[in-house]
Amino acid sequence: MRFERREEVSLPALILAPLGAVLAALVLCAGLIAMAGVSPWVAYGEMLTGAFGSRLAVTETFTRASPLILTGLAAAVAFRARLWNIGGEGQFYMGALAAAALGHSALVGWPLPLAWVALAVAGMAAGAVLLLVPAVLRLRFGVDEVVTTLLLNFIVLLFVGLMVEGVLKDPMAFGWPQSVPVAAGLRLPDLVPRSRLHVGIVLAVVVVLVVWLVQARTVFGAETRAAGLNPRAAAFAGVPITATLVKVALLSGGLAGLAGAIEVLGPVGYVTTTLSPGFGYAGIVVAMLAALHPLGVVAASVFVATVFVGADAMSRATGVPSFIADVIMAVALLAMLVALLFTTYRVRR
Amino acid sequence: MMEAFDILATASLWSAVLRIATPLIFGVLGALICERAGVLNLGIEGIMTMGAMVGWLTVYWGGDLWTGLAMAVLAGMVMGWLHAMLTVPLGLSQHVSGLGITLFASALSYYLYRLWVEVGDLPPTIEPFQPWPVPILSDIPFVGEVLFTQTPPTYVALILVALIAWMLARTPLGLALRMTGENPHAVEAQGLNPVRIRIWAVMVGSGIMALGGAFLTTAAFNSFFPGMVQGRGWICIALVVFASWRPGKALIGALLFALFDAFQLRLQTVVEGVPYQLFLMAPYVLSIVALILVARRARVPEALMQPYRRGER
Repeated sequence: MRFERREEVSLPALILAPLGAVLAALVLCAGLIAMAGVSPWVAYGEMLTGAFGSRLAVTETFTRASPLILTGLAAAVAFRARLWNIGGEGQFYMGALAAAALGHSALVGWPLPLAWVALAVAGMAAGAVLLLVPAVLRLRFGVDEVVTTLLLNFIVLLFVGLMVEGVLKDPMAFGWPQSVPVAAGLRLPDLVPRSRLHVGIVLAVVVVLVVWLVQARTVFGAETRAAGLNPRAAAFAGVPITATLVKVALLSGGLAGLAGAIEVLGPVGYVTTTLSPGFGYAGIVVAMLAALHPLGVVAASVFVATVFVGADAMSRATGVPSFIADVIMAVALLAMLVALLFTTYRVRR
Repeated sequence: MMEAFDILATASLWSAVLRIATPLIFGVLGALICERAGVLNLGIEGIMTMGAMVGWLTVYWGGDLWTGLAMAVLAGMVMGWLHAMLTVPLGLSQHVSGLGITLFASALSYYLYRLWVEVGDLPPTIEPFQPWPVPILSDIPFVGEVLFTQTPPTYVALILVALIAWMLARTPLGLALRMTGENPHAVEAQGLNPVRIRIWAVMVGSGIMALGGAFLTTAAFNSFFPGMVQGRGWICIALVVFASWRPGKALIGALLFALFDAFQLRLQTVVEGVPYQLFLMAPYVLSIVALILVARRARVPEALMQPYRRGER
């Protein structure tokens, strides 16, 4: 068996690949659901109603999707340049901490749009700096960034614990380890009244469009692509690889940090060590399912949010452990890898 | 300050060092075998989780402890086979496939555990491995207590270090394995099949990794709970680099690391006023520091992460 690179990847193939991967994941996981003694049809039906069956369910699904869009985008822009940023979780928390710290009192009284911009910038800066460290370690010392970004996730989570039990501890929280809350006036407005869905999702989609334009239309976008495809050839052609990777790191870390800031300013209002149910890690799956395309990230985020929100409801209704959501994600990721292979290569016997 | 030094002189500290090092030794050895054959296996964190679950479950269901370890190895090999299929014949990105395996293996472990085990307020427990004093040797003062009063899996880990070191350095199999990681084309020119060698290396390596997880549930603790591997897999990936892909140095790295871990644990009780999170952070920070110190000098296997396709250069 041999693989031959296809001349070009057709658009239908690019759209069919993720659909096929998701379908394959659902079929494979049906067996695991059946092992629980529950009909997969019933389980998947409950999952769908759990995610879209009511007004509350729909808003909850999109509330869950908004941080995923940004953490997914963060992974996608980095992976595109073959910068393996697995630290989205840590960057998310750093952004959240920055937003909580400044949003509690420092920026109260600022004109509103300006305060929001400042908080967003602070969140992005916190996330960006966190990824800058592994990026520099790789560029200067050749340290693999997969391991460093991952280890930083553990360090950051402990740091969050330190903060919410220490300097940022909310004295009004009856001893619960949670951070001081964001001032009520600085919280992002709701998009749908009487729900947790807030303007964060609009913001996230706007950011996606901006990143898409940057990738498609600017020199930086072209340099990123070149650095990802063949760094040696790109360097020979005069692409400043180091500078490009540093910029990509700042962008990627910044996006994940922004996700954390928005989550704190929007639906949650404060930081705890359980603020993220793994948004950073799920972002990696989102990015892969999207084939690293910014627009695909939105669709993939909605799918992932559907599975997670739906799995909770399904678990309550049928007793199938909600860990099935993580299994579906993981199988979809592996299936997508294979699907992508066949969109870019053809098999020769 | 004196108290800190006193801690270092106790046999119980050094005994704990060996215990803490055991899962790391298994993990590093497993990762090392994969990487020596040219395949990075970031599935380790998930494979350890799977080993922890399968080993525990086997015993919970009435198997004996050794059967538990054997089943863990088998489960690890299945996960390794999956990673090998995706990365060796299909040549997919080893980074992404490994992360996928980690997500898959840990999610599947948690799912099956929840499905098959009734969990109340506390996780159910099993009767774990007890320390087994080696006859005669364990009577040596201090050394006997530290080295020869461990649980059986720790002895297995130490024996494996020697065995793998000998295999890599002295046997034709070891030579073939190392060559596959350095120059698979040369291996093929010798009439061997680098694809098959890589697949087997990843499977065997993953089986050993799973032992590291199984040690946690069958010897160090007596129950399984989500998140119990706690980044040990990632630390092993860092330790492989630190060990420059050598089993002997891997042992030293794992022991140094465990010494630090055991020491900080005891220091926590002595030093007051320092938040406990800072102590818990230390092992992860140390891993990163170790990577920085060694990365530049490290001699990475030449063909690591290079997919091998027959007849292609």
